[in-house]
Amino acid sequence: MSSGTSVIEVSELTKVYGQTLAVDRVSFTVQKGDIVGFLGPNGAGKSTTLKMLTCYLPATDGGAKVAGFDIFHQSEEVRRNIGYLPENVPLYMEMKVREYLTFRGQLRKMERGMLKQRMGYVLERCWLKNVENKTIGHLSKGYRQRVGLADSLLHNPPVLILDEPTVGLDPTQIRETRKLIKDLAGQHTVMLSTHILPEVEAVCDRVIVIAGGKIVAQGSPDELRASRRMTARVLLECKGPADEIENALTRVNGVSRVEIVNNGGAYVTAAIRSKEGFDVREEAARTVIQKGWALREVRLEHATLEEFFVQVTANQAVAK
Amino acid sequence: MSTTVVIAKRELSSFFYSPIAYVAITLFLLICGFLFRNDFVPGQPVSMRTLFEWMVWLLVFIVPILSMGLLAQEWASGTIETMMTAPVNETAVVLGKFFGALGFLVVLLAPTLVYLGMLAIYGRPDYATIFSGYLGVLLVAGLFMAVGIFCSSLTRSQVVSAVAAATILFVITILPWWIGSSTAIVGFWRNVIEQGVFNRYVDFSKGVIDTGNLIFFLVATAVFLFLTVKVLESRRWK
Repeated sequence: MSSGTSVIEVSELTKVYGQTLAVDRVSFTVQKGDIVGFLGPNGAGKSTTLKMLTCYLPATDGGAKVAGFDIFHQSEEVRRNIGYLPENVPLYMEMKVREYLTFRGQLRKMERGMLKQRMGYVLERCWLKNVENKTIGHLSKGYRQRVGLADSLLHNPPVLILDEPTVGLDPTQIRETRKLIKDLAGQHTVMLSTHILPEVEAVCDRVIVIAGGKIVAQGSPDELRASRRMTARVLLECKGPADEIENALTRVNGVSRVEIVNNGGAYVTAAIRSKEGFDVREEAARTVIQKGWALREVRLEHATLEEFFVQVTANQAVAK
Repeated sequence: MSTTVVIAKRELSSFFYSPIAYVAITLFLLICGFLFRNDFVPGQPVSMRTLFEWMVWLLVFIVPILSMGLLAQEWASGTIETMMTAPVNETAVVLGKFFGALGFLVVLLAPTLVYLGMLAIYGRPDYATIFSGYLGVLLVAGLFMAVGIFCSSLTRSQVVSAVAAATILFVITILPWWIGSSTAIVGFWRNVIEQGVFNRYVDFSKGVIDTGNLIFFLVATAVFLFLTVKVLESRRWK
């Protein structure tokens, strides 16, 4: 990672609310053109961190640079270079979509011709063309979300900070929004927060997992998956005596451990953990068939980010 | 276009979407109409003095209703966050909202110019006095709006904001006038009471533009606007 291309640099960022430590010495960098997911349960400190990066709240300690500007001393430059979609998408409900976006553009001192051109682009891009003259208060949650997104894109900022961009959307809208965010990467650097794992897997180049105000893991979604203690396991379902099945499978080459996970009814399910670099599926199936046990299913099960997430946050809770 | 003007324009237009603003205009004009009717009789001096003095009393209750949402609503809905994360400073936000709301008060006062027209048709009004009266009403409206926006910056609740503003305006305007009618108060307390908004205003309605009064209103307005800016900035002190 060369520091020359990092767009967001956060070092030891800390936020204390009264007695509560909301964000605890968080440090990370975001490279130009990346989509970084900020993942954590509710109350983990995601929104607070984003509010500090957008200069809405001051940090108690530590610092950050966004687009090369210091969040303390160059707040106005930082704010000129970011597009921010706050959680819950606050909007002026009595205004019409185009009217609101025009107001936002003027507030950012956008030049008239540029505003007109960008207006056309964001209305098109955020699927707002058919509601541009509707009152925001009369729009559905999905459309309001798009208005907020359009606002954050309007001035073509190098950095986009999106706080839970897909919350409250229906599945189709979620898919569309994710696609939009993916399309925006490269041109913009995107930092989004979410507590939904599939979102991170679907959209992000890098993930920063935060829990209890601290970063507990970071890397690409694949790296995180690989680093998970729970590696992939093979689930094998067949008809036969449980203990014999367990014994037979344990002797298969490459198997490190066998666990009977389901022993109710006629079929038995065995979970097989293999040693590093082994695929035991063929060998295990052959063993079962040779023994004459009726084989119903052999399946490779990847540990999901979900499991990983539960695991790291649980560790965090134990550490406290 | 400066950000202050952009914000003022948005604020002014937002009043026209608010039913409560229309109720305020209607009530204000209705009451002014009745008051003017009592004054507008043959044999009376061709002036609007009584009307001007009543306007101040009406503003004590109307301004808090118009100002209550200025910032309280931004806090409650979270729009303050989108506002302050744009490259805008607190002073521009407060001034923009202040002038936008004051603009609405001008809209509210404008129809009373009809009375001036009627006076001109049926008599020879003293334009200088009427000008001074309007100037006074605008200065009072400015101070009241500054108090209102200050109260609105302190809370997320529009009701709390309106009640707080009405209370402060009552204490600085009506209360000193009321107590002042008693001759028992002399010396220091008499001086304090004479600083009341209504006492300061009466000269304007008589056609006297006193520099001291002018400065009093401008400075008091600036103080409340300054305090509002500080409240808005205070989120960064916590």
